[in-house]
Amino acid sequence: MRKIFSHTEGMITEPMHYCPGCTHGIIHRLVAETLIELDIRERAVGISPVGCSVFTYKYFRCDMFQASHGRAPAVATGAKRCRPELIVFCYQGDGDLAAIGTSEIIHAANRGEKITCIFVNNAIYGMTGGQMAPTTIPGQRTSTTPGGRNVADDGFPLKMSEILAQLQTPGYVARVSMHSPAEIIRAKQIVKKAFEYQVRNTCFSFVEFLSTCPTNWGLSPVESLNWMKNNMLPYYPLGEHKVPEPGKGGTE
Amino acid sequence: MAKILMKGNEAIGEAAIKAGCLHFFGYPITPQNELPEYLSKRLPQVGGRYIQTESEVATSNMIFGAAGVGVRVMTSSSSPGISLMSEGLSYLAGADLPVVIVNMMRAGPGLAGILPAQSDYAHATRGTAHGDFHLLVLAPSSVQEAVDLTMLSFELAEKYRMPVMLLGDGMIGQMMEPVSFPETEVGPPMQADDWALTGCRGREPRLVSSLFLDPVELNAKNHERFARYAVVAQNETRYETFNCDEPYDILITAFGVMSRVCKSAIVALKEQGVHVGMFRPITVQPFPSAALSEAIGKARRVLDVEMNMGQMLVDVQLAAKGRVEVDFLGKCGGLTPSIEDVVEAVYDSLTKAEGGG
Ligand SMILES: Cc1ncc(C[n+]2csc(CCOP(=O)(O)OP(=O)(O)O)c2C)c(N)n1
Ligand code: SF4
Repeated sequence: MRKIFSHTEGMITEPMHYCPGCTHGIIHRLVAETLIELDIRERAVGISPVGCSVFTYKYFRCDMFQASHGRAPAVATGAKRCRPELIVFCYQGDGDLAAIGTSEIIHAANRGEKITCIFVNNAIYGMTGGQMAPTTIPGQRTSTTPGGRNVADDGFPLKMSEILAQLQTPGYVARVSMHSPAEIIRAKQIVKKAFEYQVRNTCFSFVEFLSTCPTNWGLSPVESLNWMKNNMLPYYPLGEHKVPEPGKGGTE
Repeated sequence: MAKILMKGNEAIGEAAIKAGCLHFFGYPITPQNELPEYLSKRLPQVGGRYIQTESEVATSNMIFGAAGVGVRVMTSSSSPGISLMSEGLSYLAGADLPVVIVNMMRAGPGLAGILPAQSDYAHATRGTAHGDFHLLVLAPSSVQEAVDLTMLSFELAEKYRMPVMLLGDGMIGQMMEPVSFPETEVGPPMQADDWALTGCRGREPRLVSSLFLDPVELNAKNHERFARYAVVAQNETRYETFNCDEPYDILITAFGVMSRVCKSAIVALKEQGVHVGMFRPITVQPFPSAALSEAIGKARRVLDVEMNMGQMLVDVQLAAKGRVEVDFLGKCGGLTPSIEDVVEAVYDSLTKAEGGG
C-alpha cells in the first residue's frame, strides 16, 4: 500500500491543545512540513507568542523561544542579527502582532530583518476569551463588542499585510486562507516561498493566515469556515501583496 | 597599558568590547548617547554589530533574543528608557539569560530632567518589574571603576545566568577621567553550548522560556533562582570603606559619584577634628548588609547621602537594625549635595548624637 499522508518530522507527536475545528493546527503543520522540505529544521529557531499559540514550542521539533506579548519580531531580530546562520521565524496571533506588537512588526519589517513571520488572523482574541481584536470585522460580535464592532468607536480592522506591503524596504508579504483544501495547498506553497526568501537571505517575509476560532465565534467548525469565507475574505483580499523586485530585493 | 583620557560612556563601550561583547542594541536617550554612538563606530571595526531599535521595549526583547542564542550582548539607556525595559528584564530573569544593561540615571519621575541623579536605585534593586527576581546591580564611582565593573558585569551575568545592571548616573557617563584597559583586543565569545538556541543539529530541541504554568514547577524554579541569588550575595558582595580604620562618630553611607563628594567632606572634617567614616556599597543588589551593619555598630549616628529623596536609605536603615538613628541628606532634580552641604549635615548629626536625639 502506498502511504499518502503521515506525520511530519517537523513536529513533535504531542496531542495539540487547540479546540476542535481550530485551524491553528493546520498552520503549524504547513510550517513544520516546510522546515523538513527545505532541510532547515536543524538550524531553525522559532518564537512562540502570547495567545492560543503560546505552546507552539511543544509542537515544532526545533529550538524555540517563548516571547512576551507582541515582541516576537524583536526577539527574532536579536537572534537573527547575532546568529545570521539560523533560520528564525515568529508565530503570532492578531492581538499579539496587530495590537500590542504593532511597533515591533513594523520596524522589523522596515529594517528588512531576514526573518519569517507567520501571522494568524482569526479576527478575535482567542486565548483571553473572545474579546475584540484589531482585526475584528465591522459588526462582528465579540465579548467586548456585544453590539458588534462599531467602527465609529473602534475604527476599522487593521490590514497588516497591506500596511507592511507599502513599506519601501524590500520584503515578501502574502495573505492566505484556511477555508478550503485548495487554499491550504496554496498556502503551503506561499509558506515555503516565504522561508526560501530567508534561506537565500533575500528579505523579510510575512504570511498572514485567515484562520478560524469556532469556540469564540460561537460557530461549529464547518460554520466557521463558511463565516470566514463570507465575512473575512471580502475584507482581507488573498494573494501576494508584495514580492521583492528582481534586482532590488535585498541582497539576492 | 598606558592611561588614556576618556568619557565614562565611551569607556564603558570600549570595556564591553574588551569583555568580548560584540552586539549592542539601543535607543537614544540623554545622558548616555555617547555610549551607543561610540559603539556604532567601534563595533563594526571588530566584527560586531550595533543595532538602533525602535523603542526600549523592543530593545529589552532583542537582547532576550540575542542572549537566548548564546551571544554576549549589552544595551544602555537612562531612567525613562529603563522603565520601558522593565518587561524584558522580567522575562530575561525568568528565562535565566545573561545580559548587561547600563542605566545612566537622570532625574525623575516622568520626563523630569536630563541632569544626573540617583533616581532609580529602588527600581534597580527592588521594583524592577513584575515577579520574583533580582538583577545584580553594580554602582561605579569613577570612570576606571565603570570600566572594571562593566567587564565584571559580563563575567557575573554568565556565571550566575542573570541580567546584570551597571547603575551609573549622568555624571559618570559624561565626565572625562584617565582610564586603562586590559591588553586584549576583544575578549573570547560567551560559553553557552549547553543551553543556547543554536539549531538542534545532533541534539534534542531546546526551549528558552519564562512560562511555567505548573505551580509546583514554578515554585521550584523560583526557589532555585533565589538559592542562586544567595550564592551571589555570599560570593559577590562588594563595598568600599573610607577612613574607617580609625574610630569615627558618624558613618556616612553613599553610592556612586555621591561618595566622592562625601570623601572630600570627610577629609575637610578630619582637619576640623571631626571623625567620620564612609561606607560605599559597590554592589547595591546584593546589598552588603552584614558589612554595613558591622560598620554602623562602631558609629554613634549614620548619615545617608544620595542624589534622590532617600532610596538606599531603606537598606541603610535595615542594616542599622534600630541601634542608631539614620539621618538623610538628599538633593535631586539634577542637584548634588555639595561638600559644604555634607559637612553641615555631619555637624547636625553630631549635635543630635550628643543631644541623644
Ligand atoms: C502584556 C500582556 N498583556 C495582556 C496579556 C493577556 N493576553 C494573553 S493572550 C492575549 C490575546 C491573544 O490574542 P491573539 O494574539 O489574537 O491570539 P489568539 O489567542 O487569538 O490565537 C492577551 C491579551 C498578556 N499575556 N500580556
Ligand atoms: S480559542 Fe479559538 S483560536 Fe484558540 S484554540 Fe480555541 S478555536 Fe483556536
